[in-house]
This record gives sequence, structure tokens and C-alpha cells, in this order.
Amino acid sequence: MSVQLPPFQQLLDSHAADVYRFVRAMVGPVDADDVFQETFLAALRAYPSLTDASGLRAWIFTIARHKAVDSFRGAARRAVPTGVLPDEVAVDPARGHDPQLWDGVRALPPKQRAAVVHRYVHDLAYDEIGALLDCSADAARRSVHEGIRKLRTTWQK
Amino acid sequence: MAEMTAALSNGRLAAPSPELLARFGALAEAEGLIDVAYTTYDAPFGLLVLGGTSNGLVRLAFDPLETVVDDLSERISPRVLAAPGRFDGVRRQLDEYFAGSRRHFDVAIDLRLAGSAFRRAVLAAADAIPYGQVRSYGEVARSAGSPAAVRAVGSALGANPVCVVVPCHRVLRSDGSISGYAGGPERKDFLLRLEGSR
Repeated sequence: MSVQLPPFQQLLDSHAADVYRFVRAMVGPVDADDVFQETFLAALRAYPSLTDASGLRAWIFTIARHKAVDSFRGAARRAVPTGVLPDEVAVDPARGHDPQLWDGVRALPPKQRAAVVHRYVHDLAYDEIGALLDCSADAARRSVHEGIRKLRTTWQK
Repeated sequence: MAEMTAALSNGRLAAPSPELLARFGALAEAEGLIDVAYTTYDAPFGLLVLGGTSNGLVRLAFDPLETVVDDLSERISPRVLAAPGRFDGVRRQLDEYFAGSRRHFDVAIDLRLAGSAFRRAVLAAADAIPYGQVRSYGEVARSAGSPAAVRAVGSALGANPVCVVVPCHRVLRSDGSISGYAGGPERKDFLLRLEGSR
């Protein structure tokens, strides 16, 4: 008895923008494209063997989160000292570019990082975040608050 | 605090570029992950939907895009992606056909959606009718090896999954009048006039 899955293109059309924002917030603009590709390629490989068509959004975000964490670990290994950092970084408000803030986001532990991104980038409710992160709404709320608390210590405007 | 969460919500402005989506499609294609590719073709009488597998053109339909794509997903595989590049050859041949400069399609056909061996035989018989000529349902029944199955020939042609390229439109009633067509009788008439047989 096989389940009726929607055409993969429909999954891509429905979730590509949100997944891209999620991975961009998780790993930064440089690695976002690679993580996005790896996420949807992994999803496409596994797609025909799925046995449940009810949680596709959560499924694709779980893959994205794992790929983002893998990429982040890889990037940490690859990191090289950059020497002297510029005093000021160009900010493009139209694109929401705020390097200091996003560096802070990417310094959070993976679960808090994902929770903060789902809450403030995707504007999801805590029960939805809990469903995506496989935890309760209360645990999702705690992750978001803890993440925000840490961000506030490093972010000044 | 409010300012910081507002800055976080600016992350919503990011979007995947068309180039990124195109690169994903190319990688999926290169890895052999697209079981069913599809695209649309703007024909003189409206939009056609083309579907393809690794074996060839599996669908050429007049139905709405979503209907066709859902059906392909259900009947072949849910690994369905829009992949216009895969149809460049078919597209060029359709351009030539509708411009009147091509009389025969040279594309691989995948008849897996045709159903029974009988239905495939009927479509093969239709495929053998030359450009500019027409046959009756009875004649097609005879060439398919089942002279008595005239009505079944009608159903088999009506279910042709690859319209236009497999020319079921060249089959008419024995009095030469137009009967049913998946794309409607006016499209059948258009194709026959294009080919000079009306």
C-alpha cells in the first residue's frame, strides 16, 4: 500500500523560499546555496520511499537542519584566521544584512539557532516550532528565549 | 529587544535566486533523480503539457498543467520536476510541425501510459498513418489485428497519452466526419487542416 505523495515540484514550489531563508539564517549567505542544494537533493533521493505524506514540511526542514549543522561543522574546520577585521561593515538594509546579528545567530547551539530562526524569520508559533524540532511547544519557547537572551548580550544598536 | 527581533525578521527578505533553482534542477538531472520531467508548449491553439521519462516522451496533453502533473506523479513516480531543457528537441520539432515544415516526428516515445497490448497496437497503427492522410476506425481496427474491435479502437485512441506526436487525429468516422478528440473537435479539425487533409 503506497502513499499518495504530491509531485516533488509542488514540494519545491511550496517550501523553497522558506527553506532558503532558514538555511541562510543558519549558515550564512556564503554556504546557503550549497546547503539548499544538498537539502533538496537529499529530499529528492529519499522521496519515493516516504511512507507518510502528512508531515512533508517538517520532513524537509529536518533535512535542512541536519544539512545546515553538517555544513556549519565543516565550515568551522575550514575556518582560517582573517587577520585584521575592518572596523565597519557595509550594511544593506534592503536585504536585511546585519553581519553582527547573524554572526550571533550562527554562534548559537543548533537547536536554539533553529528555534530563533523559525520564530523570527518564519514567524512560526511555538507549537509549530516544536513540531519542526521534534519537541514540545514549551521546550521550543525555552529554546527561543534562551537564544534571544544570548543574542542580546552581544547585540547592541 | 523589539529592534533586534525586527532585525531578525529581515531575514524574511532573502529568497532563492532563479539561478540557484536552475542549478538544483541541473544537479537533479545529472544525478538521474528526475523520474518524470515536464514542461509546457505554447501551441497555436493553446497550451500543451509535455511529460517525459528516461525512455522518451510519455505525455502530450491538452489538459490543465496541474491535472497532468498530478496524474504523472500518481501513475509513474512522485519524483516529478519541471525540466524544460529536456524537451528542447521535441519543442523544435513541434515548432516545425506547426509551421508546416515537418511531416514526421523523430522523438522517442514511452507508451507506458497507453495501457494494454491492444491499446499499444492501436496507437502503433495510428502512428503508421502518413501525414496528410486519414483512416477510419474500422481500418485502424484491421491494421491493429482486431477487425471487430471498432469501438475499442475508439476508446484506445481517445486515451492516447501522446497526442499530436502519435497522430490519433488522423482517424475519422467512415463518412469522414470528425468524432471525439481529447483536445476537442476544433483542435482535431485544426490539425487536419494544417496537414492538408481537410
